Amino acid sequence: MEVLLYTILTLCVLGVLAAVILYFVAQKFRVEEDPRIDEVEKMLPGANCGGCGFAGCRGMADALVKRDDISDLFCPVGGGDCMKAIAAYLGKAAAEKQPEVATVRCGGTCEKRPRTNEYNGTKSCAVAASLYVGETGCAFGCLGFGDCVAACAFDAIRMNPETGLPEVDPDKCTACGACVKACPKMVIELRKKWPKNRAVYVSCVSKDKGAVVMKACKAGCIGCGKCEKVCAFGAITVENNLAYIDPQKCKLCRKCVNECPTGAIKLVGMDPLPKEPKAPAAPKAAPAAEKAVAKEAPKAAPAAEKAAAKEAPKAAPAAEKAAAKEAPKAAPAAEKAAAKEAPKEPSHES
Amino acid sequence: MANKLIVAPAPHVQTSQSTACIMRDVVIALMPALVVSTIVFGVDVLRVTAISVAACVVFEFLIQKFFVNGPLTISNWSAVVTGVLLAFNLPASIPWWIVVIGAFVAIAIAKMTFGGLGKNPFNPALVGRVFLLIAYPVQMTTWPMPVQGAFDALSGATPLAAVKHGAVGPDALGVQDLLLGNMPGSLGEVAALALLLGFVYLLWRRVITWHIPVTILATMALFAFFVALGTKGTENPALLWQLPLFHVLAGGAILGSVFMATDYSTSPMTVKGGVIFAVGIGVVTMLIRLWGAYPEGMSFAILMMNACVPLINKYVKPKRFGVK
Amino acid sequence: MKTFPIGGVHPSANKLSCAKPIEVLPLPEAVNIPLAQHIGAPAVAKVAKGDKVLTGQLIAEAGSFMSANIHSPISGTVTAVDMVPNGQGLRQMMITIKREGDEWAEGIDRSDKLVRECSLSAQEIIARIKEAGIVGMGGATFPTHVKLSIPAGKKAECLIINGVECEPYLTSDHRMMLEHGEEMVVGVTILMKAVGVGKAYIGIENNKPDAIAHLSKIAAQYKGIEVVPLKVRYPQGGEKQLIAAVTGRQVPPPPALPIDIGAVVCNASTTFAVYQAVQKRMPLIQRVVTITGKNLREPRNLLTRMGTPVSALIAAAGGLPENAGKVINGGPMMGRAMVNLDSPVTKGCSGITVLSERDARRREASQCIKCAKCVSACPMGLEPYFLSKMTQKKNWDELEARMITSCIECGCCQSTCPAYLPLLDWVRLGKQTVMGRIRARAAAAAPKK
Repeated sequence: MEVLLYTILTLCVLGVLAAVILYFVAQKFRVEEDPRIDEVEKMLPGANCGGCGFAGCRGMADALVKRDDISDLFCPVGGGDCMKAIAAYLGKAAAEKQPEVATVRCGGTCEKRPRTNEYNGTKSCAVAASLYVGETGCAFGCLGFGDCVAACAFDAIRMNPETGLPEVDPDKCTACGACVKACPKMVIELRKKWPKNRAVYVSCVSKDKGAVVMKACKAGCIGCGKCEKVCAFGAITVENNLAYIDPQKCKLCRKCVNECPTGAIKLVGMDPLPKEPKAPAAPKAAPAAEKAVAKEAPKAAPAAEKAAAKEAPKAAPAAEKAAAKEAPKAAPAAEKAAAKEAPKEPSHES
Repeated sequence: MANKLIVAPAPHVQTSQSTACIMRDVVIALMPALVVSTIVFGVDVLRVTAISVAACVVFEFLIQKFFVNGPLTISNWSAVVTGVLLAFNLPASIPWWIVVIGAFVAIAIAKMTFGGLGKNPFNPALVGRVFLLIAYPVQMTTWPMPVQGAFDALSGATPLAAVKHGAVGPDALGVQDLLLGNMPGSLGEVAALALLLGFVYLLWRRVITWHIPVTILATMALFAFFVALGTKGTENPALLWQLPLFHVLAGGAILGSVFMATDYSTSPMTVKGGVIFAVGIGVVTMLIRLWGAYPEGMSFAILMMNACVPLINKYVKPKRFGVK
Repeated sequence: MKTFPIGGVHPSANKLSCAKPIEVLPLPEAVNIPLAQHIGAPAVAKVAKGDKVLTGQLIAEAGSFMSANIHSPISGTVTAVDMVPNGQGLRQMMITIKREGDEWAEGIDRSDKLVRECSLSAQEIIARIKEAGIVGMGGATFPTHVKLSIPAGKKAECLIINGVECEPYLTSDHRMMLEHGEEMVVGVTILMKAVGVGKAYIGIENNKPDAIAHLSKIAAQYKGIEVVPLKVRYPQGGEKQLIAAVTGRQVPPPPALPIDIGAVVCNASTTFAVYQAVQKRMPLIQRVVTITGKNLREPRNLLTRMGTPVSALIAAAGGLPENAGKVINGGPMMGRAMVNLDSPVTKGCSGITVLSERDARRREASQCIKCAKCVSACPMGLEPYFLSKMTQKKNWDELEARMITSCIECGCCQSTCPAYLPLLDWVRLGKQTVMGRIRARAAAAAPKK
């Protein structure tokens, strides 16, 4: 019993002694810091993603407090609201940036872009890119080994095993730019984020000549320039056999989408414009549904789109119904009616 | 050509010596000692070894199956190696349930908690053995006598213990007995010659290099030589070679230095680091043997030096080409 | 027996074609000549579509000092100067020529007569080598005239000829030494004159005793040339390893160069090309290429015009076997796997190796067992396991401190790994990144001066 008592006592004394020593050491070596840094760090999202250019949120907070001009600092995760709040707290002027979203500009799915060889090295885009062209004939497109997926701290980008391409979840994406940096082929771009995740963009980065592109991939931009001609806002430029839609100038009018002969211009979150009467009935974006609805012309177009969405998951995301209802004035009234009927129709057809 | 061309970065050749191949070679190298041990102590040796191996493999399988993610790796033979080594560190008379507990400690605690093969900081078999030594000291130090030619002089103690407690001198056992294993002891440590045969096999198969084992044994011999010189060397010159030889051949010196200290993940990455590591093991072993509480210090010495390996790896870098 | 001091491995040699004499591959119908067949700036095309060219005519001129001339390997009409996929499927600028007969440009001596004497000065020799567009033919394709132009303040002390051919399967240098030993040794004397040294060593591994005996006999007739037999060990043919093996001196880590310790290294086949360029005015338009592989019907050594499609070589060896899995430009340790078999043979292509699917496919990687075999195999004394791990963690500073830029990408680490880890895949990536960072730092520091 005595032994036990002594043991407990000794341990207690030791503990108290150690605590006292620790206290004095902590006092002695305390680092004086601007308390505002802590406050600002709390206001930041705390993702430590590095999207601001600093190693983590602490570094960003430090810079925000210490620098007089913070207009070149921006937290893509927190976005404009977060920056405004911090700027107000610090009494400085915040940078303003419109929301952006990572966009994968490659449409070379397994189906459209056949594999010509088998890569047997480390499954890393960076390693493969420094070795050779990739598993397909396209030297510019997505390699499909998922460096972007590994780089994403928000689980916002995932490989789709069916297409072999990464897909961004726009609701999770914070536009931190980690995937943009990770992609050795520079396939991913941060583009303006429209409401309801709508987007129109050229889903190809190949600078090869048209004939070369067509040989390697059925969904590539061949640089024909049709989209450039049809664009009323001067948003599209074709350079090095590649069209590019300037997200700042684009008004989502979608005329270019119908013009594109290869379907390289991708439309997200909206229905395509109905085709001119002379053109084939269904829009190019949904070739899979073409034969099913060829006869029913414009009226059935949205329905066809639905069917296509089922068959090819990439074609159009879920926001479609809402988008169809809110379709811009340009869309004919008939389409609205069709949109209402839409949910029933696929069952007849499929 | 039927298939698509395969593309990968160079080099396009790989060695045929896989991890499983290496581990299998270690098991093969341990077989001569197992045979000698069976001759010395009887079929109990096979019983203990079989239980230990089976327990190690089963524990590794269960842990990988139910507790950790990742592919099953029991096919790489590493659990078998741990099992055999653990058995070699036990007396042949040990009850089966102690063997199973030892295997559990070795695999579940010393190996798999750290992430499995290649990530464990301490030699699993030795952790198992030391745990058993502390938890079950009686069973772990009750040594069966050899089946033939029992030694009255040792009366059931290992030669190291007998010498330590002053019962006999280091010359009580002839070199021949030490080499052939005619003495009480753990089942794997008694047959020096068989273990050396395994050592030669491992060298020939390029599984290990000579640096660590030879340095450990040389350090021990040198240490013993100076101790002999300092104590009674002047009056008894025979001790100058008897004591070093005894310490190198008796106990777990050869088993430990050839099979345990050379364990890949618990030894330094460079030759230079390996030599430092080996000298440390030799010195600590001799300190424990001569002045410590236990008659044998090999396992403690190896575990202590295992703890130093990350430090050695950090500071001892390989000889760089072109750097003076 | 001499060898290099650190690391190294012993891959199975598989020199299937070492007893096959050099044969001439029939001229191709058309060739693609890349403008970048060497390290440095690409050459600038001097011909356009529709031009008629003769064999040996200059068709592209060195783009800068660190570049090399390119000559037409056949006579015919230029059909295009355009982007064409190379062996790795990447498009690069090439001149395409359709063959019409084989008419040679003037001034080239095509006879076999041995010309020993060379009365040219060092400058004139280097000028002729530059004119002929000679680059290192062992695979590194470093422009030879640049190597021979010793920078001011430095002095060459010895010339080392690389007849090691440590890469498995390849035998082109071996056959060249046996069949063109005389010319090669004359080439050595010319090179000695060009760099102003009195001593030359020819390093040959002792698995080629016939080449050692043959060249020793010839070298005995000349002053200052010594054949050095070397113990077989890969990567002895690496420049730094060869210098260390022959002279015992080690080139310091980058950015130091062999010339900093007074050594100039030249490949054996390059030496023959130098002889031809200086004594016969023959530009570098053909080379011996080993076409080899265990499943090929007939592994051979073929004298091939530059620009010949690789598929023609494979056809000459009996065609691609049914179980072919990988076609490698070079040998299996450092060669690059190809996806486009219509791509051309270039100046640095010493062989084409065809591996069966079974040999080609990597075995499944498991976890690192810390066996340290990569550390003891690394001929540069690096820690590949660590470099590979740090690259995956993007710890560039640590990589630089652990001297990743010294890596020669020989592949010893990966080929010796019992866990079949892709060590070099990562280390190569880490090295490229760290080199990029060093360059960026230098560029950032430069304007301040």
